[in-house]
Amino acid sequence: MTTEVGSETEVKKEPEKAEEQSPAPEQDAQAPAAEPKAEAELPCGETAPPGGDGDAQPKAASPEKERKQKEPSAGKGISRFLPPWLKRQKSQSQAEPREAEKENQEKVDEQQQPGQESAPKSPVSEAKEAPGEELKSDDKDDKHSIGSADTQPAKEEKGDESLERSADVKEKEESKCEEKKEEGETPKPDSGTEKPLLKAAKKMKTVMCHVTLLDGSQFPCEVEKRAKGHFLFFKVCEHLNLLEKDYFGLSYKDAADQKCWLDPAKEIKRQIRNSPWQFAFNVKFYPPDPSQLTEDITRYLLCLQLRQDIASGRLPCSFVTHSLLGSYTLQAELGDYDPSEHRLEYLSDFQFAPTQTKEMEEKVVELHKNHRGMTPAQADAQFLENAKKLSMYGVDLHHAKDSEGVDIMLGVCANGLLVYKDRLRINRFAWPKILKISYKRSNFYIKIRPGEQFESSVGFKLPNHRSAKRLWKVCVEHHTFFRLVTPEQPPKARFLTLGSKFRYSGRTQAQTRQASSLIDRPAPYFERTSSKRVSRSLDGGGSRTQHGSANHYATCWPTSLLLSPRLAQWIRLHHPLPRGELVWSDSQTPLRATLVLNRTACLRAFWCLVCVRLASPCLQTSLWFLIPQSKLRVQGENIYVRHSNLMLEDLDKTQEDVLKHQASISELKRSFMESTPEPRPDQWDKRLTASPATSLRLQAQGPPVVKTEMVTISDTFAAQKTEISTKEVPIVHTETKTITYEAAQVGDSEPGVLMTAQTITSESLCTTTTTHITKTLKGGLSETRIEKRIVITGDSDIDHDQALAQAIKEAKEQHPDMSVTRVVVHKETELAEEGED
Amino acid sequence: MTALTAPFGRFTHSVVRAIPASFGEGALRTCSAQVDLAAALREHEHYVAVLKHRLGLQVVELPADESLPDCVFVEDAAVVCGDTALVTRPGAPSRRKETEAMKQALQELNLNIVEMDDDSATLDGGDVLFTGREFFVGLSTRTNQRGAEILADAFKDYTVSPVPVLDGLHLKSFCSMAGPDLIAIGSSEPAQKAFKVMQQMSDHRYDKLTVSDDIAANCVYMNLPDKGHVLLYCTSEEYPESAKVFEKLKDYTLIPVSNSEKVKVDGALTCCSVFINKKLEN
Repeated sequence: MTTEVGSETEVKKEPEKAEEQSPAPEQDAQAPAAEPKAEAELPCGETAPPGGDGDAQPKAASPEKERKQKEPSAGKGISRFLPPWLKRQKSQSQAEPREAEKENQEKVDEQQQPGQESAPKSPVSEAKEAPGEELKSDDKDDKHSIGSADTQPAKEEKGDESLERSADVKEKEESKCEEKKEEGETPKPDSGTEKPLLKAAKKMKTVMCHVTLLDGSQFPCEVEKRAKGHFLFFKVCEHLNLLEKDYFGLSYKDAADQKCWLDPAKEIKRQIRNSPWQFAFNVKFYPPDPSQLTEDITRYLLCLQLRQDIASGRLPCSFVTHSLLGSYTLQAELGDYDPSEHRLEYLSDFQFAPTQTKEMEEKVVELHKNHRGMTPAQADAQFLENAKKLSMYGVDLHHAKDSEGVDIMLGVCANGLLVYKDRLRINRFAWPKILKISYKRSNFYIKIRPGEQFESSVGFKLPNHRSAKRLWKVCVEHHTFFRLVTPEQPPKARFLTLGSKFRYSGRTQAQTRQASSLIDRPAPYFERTSSKRVSRSLDGGGSRTQHGSANHYATCWPTSLLLSPRLAQWIRLHHPLPRGELVWSDSQTPLRATLVLNRTACLRAFWCLVCVRLASPCLQTSLWFLIPQSKLRVQGENIYVRHSNLMLEDLDKTQEDVLKHQASISELKRSFMESTPEPRPDQWDKRLTASPATSLRLQAQGPPVVKTEMVTISDTFAAQKTEISTKEVPIVHTETKTITYEAAQVGDSEPGVLMTAQTITSESLCTTTTTHITKTLKGGLSETRIEKRIVITGDSDIDHDQALAQAIKEAKEQHPDMSVTRVVVHKETELAEEGED
Repeated sequence: MTALTAPFGRFTHSVVRAIPASFGEGALRTCSAQVDLAAALREHEHYVAVLKHRLGLQVVELPADESLPDCVFVEDAAVVCGDTALVTRPGAPSRRKETEAMKQALQELNLNIVEMDDDSATLDGGDVLFTGREFFVGLSTRTNQRGAEILADAFKDYTVSPVPVLDGLHLKSFCSMAGPDLIAIGSSEPAQKAFKVMQQMSDHRYDKLTVSDDIAANCVYMNLPDKGHVLLYCTSEEYPESAKVFEKLKDYTLIPVSNSEKVKVDGALTCCSVFINKKLEN
């Protein structure tokens, strides 16, 4: 598993692996031994694998299992389904298919599905493993290798501290059975070229998984029925654009409605049994010091998790802390406090506490005022700085009884195991003091290092066998993640041993930190959505809707604008921006300058631009772009990211402002006209418009790359999506003609619950396509509605009808599984321009 | 505004209470000792003067109540942390009414007041040690489990770990905070044992400042904006060995404060005040 985690980063492994394989054989020899089904008690200390194995460990937490797994068929099948990125990984981490041959492929499979216990494999497969590991260490991704690979030294260290674990035999038996089944079921093509694999893949059945993300949205994901947990997990991480994955996991509810972690190394189906394929993406290991996370996006996700934890009461806080954290949430979501916008009723859409009082909301607002100027990322960081100090931060609680039958709670955390009675912490066992953790039936035991405690072994009674096992697993994982440098190797099979083979198969915190320190990408743009509010706004009617979108607007606000120097100049001279709000950060490029603005200034500047655009649609929008956070190296693809609908909301609201601004707008326009008779697209624009690939990519990538455009979606969250409000165009007289073609609606009157909404805008020469995707949950069914707004701009020499037909055709092609239910043609002809002078 | 953000020991206000005439005879004590009321009054006056004039705190002085001989020991009546004040239910029935005046004073300071409604709960503030990171609460003759639970409920941000008090009146009869992450602790076996328990329960490692006299381990630490670390501690006349230990602390404003009369009724330095940080709230 570890391997996969790293995969994104690792991406460019080359075919060298094949050579490396040679050493592998030795390992194989060892491996066979491991296979025995009897489970063993595994002293952690012992875990350190002898010799060659050690290397392997880092990557695959449970090499043995993997080897065993070799049931290639399953793996191959999966590989077909893998999205390109995943495949890439594989190829990288492992030899390329040609070179490495089948073995490699198998290997790939293994890596993807590490930890599975399966029938004995052929030596070959083992060989593969070895290469894979080595590969990691080489290429650029040394980083990874560091993180994941050099296990051995670490292992020795572990020795002392590591826990000895033993688990119930029965459990193992279960797993054995499962494994056997798997073996039986899965065909094992040893050698498969890719093509054969592909064919096989087609046969595989797929299942739709629904993953609830931390912002409350749903991520549907189709997986092969036999897919392992990590496949889905990686899909989700990819969707989220998350690299620091190791702190997260997928959970599901078992039959008893208990939350369980999906083991990445095992087949999903075997874990969830008869439960629905419904998962939640959650933080699994709460980093004790979130400031050490590398990326803001990771911190953002952690914030979302903590907001949930707080709102649900899982993470108790005092009144003041609820208020303080709430105020940071507001700052992150809404930006600076704005008395005209941020009225109190606004806040009732946020949940700051399990029970939220007016008094608390007032306090939140009061504190929010203090955070002026803080960026969303800073607000998140502050949120985390405070949240991490909470006593129950990162504590995973489990109901239990002590040896006297008294109700207690066992809390697993980064530092060890905590024992609570009512709200009081009555004992604490730090990981270094624990020699062994085990469970038997519904009992959970810890063996304490002698001398520290009166008793050397402490037992707790859990509600049932499953909960004992769950607690034990969580302990094993936390211990490994936080305490060890590298994951332990799964038990080496000796002859007849009992005990679980379960080991944490991911990276440890040390490894993940190391790996993420090597992350080298521009901070990814991500959309902050307070989905809860958005969804509420649906049923809340008009005013709520406004709030919701205004919120959206604020949260997406970029902190910098890329402007033509002319425009920048104009803004600097004429626009009432307070001094000091503009920073010229790019003086080298003659064609443009970057303004680094705070949100307010940015808003004003943007406002001004919007006005210009409104005033004269014929001016190319290409004059300006919004880019996220001054990531200038936005070549081609992740260029212009921006949001749109919010803007409009704002326009609607402040018509008066529009009028107020008219004077300056006309001035602006004039300055444009004067200085550049015809606005020429600069380099950027050319690049953008010239390559159709850009728009494609935009579409494919989703939220992270949204081009900003003046969009005419009026109220996307309300039902009347298609209605274009023309009132935001006070300056231009237009003749408006709206034609609506509508397919018979499937009788749906109730609006359902909005799960997600995203807007993607792309632009080509004369058309601008805004795709608005909403996912709605209606009576258990989720409905995806894609609304494309195609703005065709141009003079008479463009055949609008043809362009429209083309656009519709393309839309159909892009979404073959969807039907067009409505086409609205909205034609605007500019009659005259006012206020130009 | 909250203890989460202010440095440990930052205080702006202090609530104290005058000594009633009934103090000499009526105050509860674990050993029979004769109290010199006049000396006690002088002592207390000096104590308050230090807070007020030497340290510049806003001191709220509650009037004595003759029916409450122990009322000078305000610490037991309330636990204040950040903006929240827990008004206690003192373990000694004769002291329960002491909380009334305290509650009112805290209300006037705009603190969020939490009261102990549970009749089975008892808690003396003297059993509550706040380290800046967490609470330890002594389970003593004055404080019971239920009281500790309510404390934990009132201060949800913090871990609250009970510590059995095997000897002495209160937890703070043999320990207190002498600095950030620095626990002053008496050298007696029960005191050392209690320290071990605290250390065992905590995710954090505290430094320990061991003094030879248990009661001398009770000192008052503050971190004041213009003065830095401030420590009120026992005088060398009373506890020469222990005083020496405190005097070795570097970068501290050290203020020896005499406590020879109040100690006869088990009063220690922390007992006579409730400290509050209101600054950010103005």
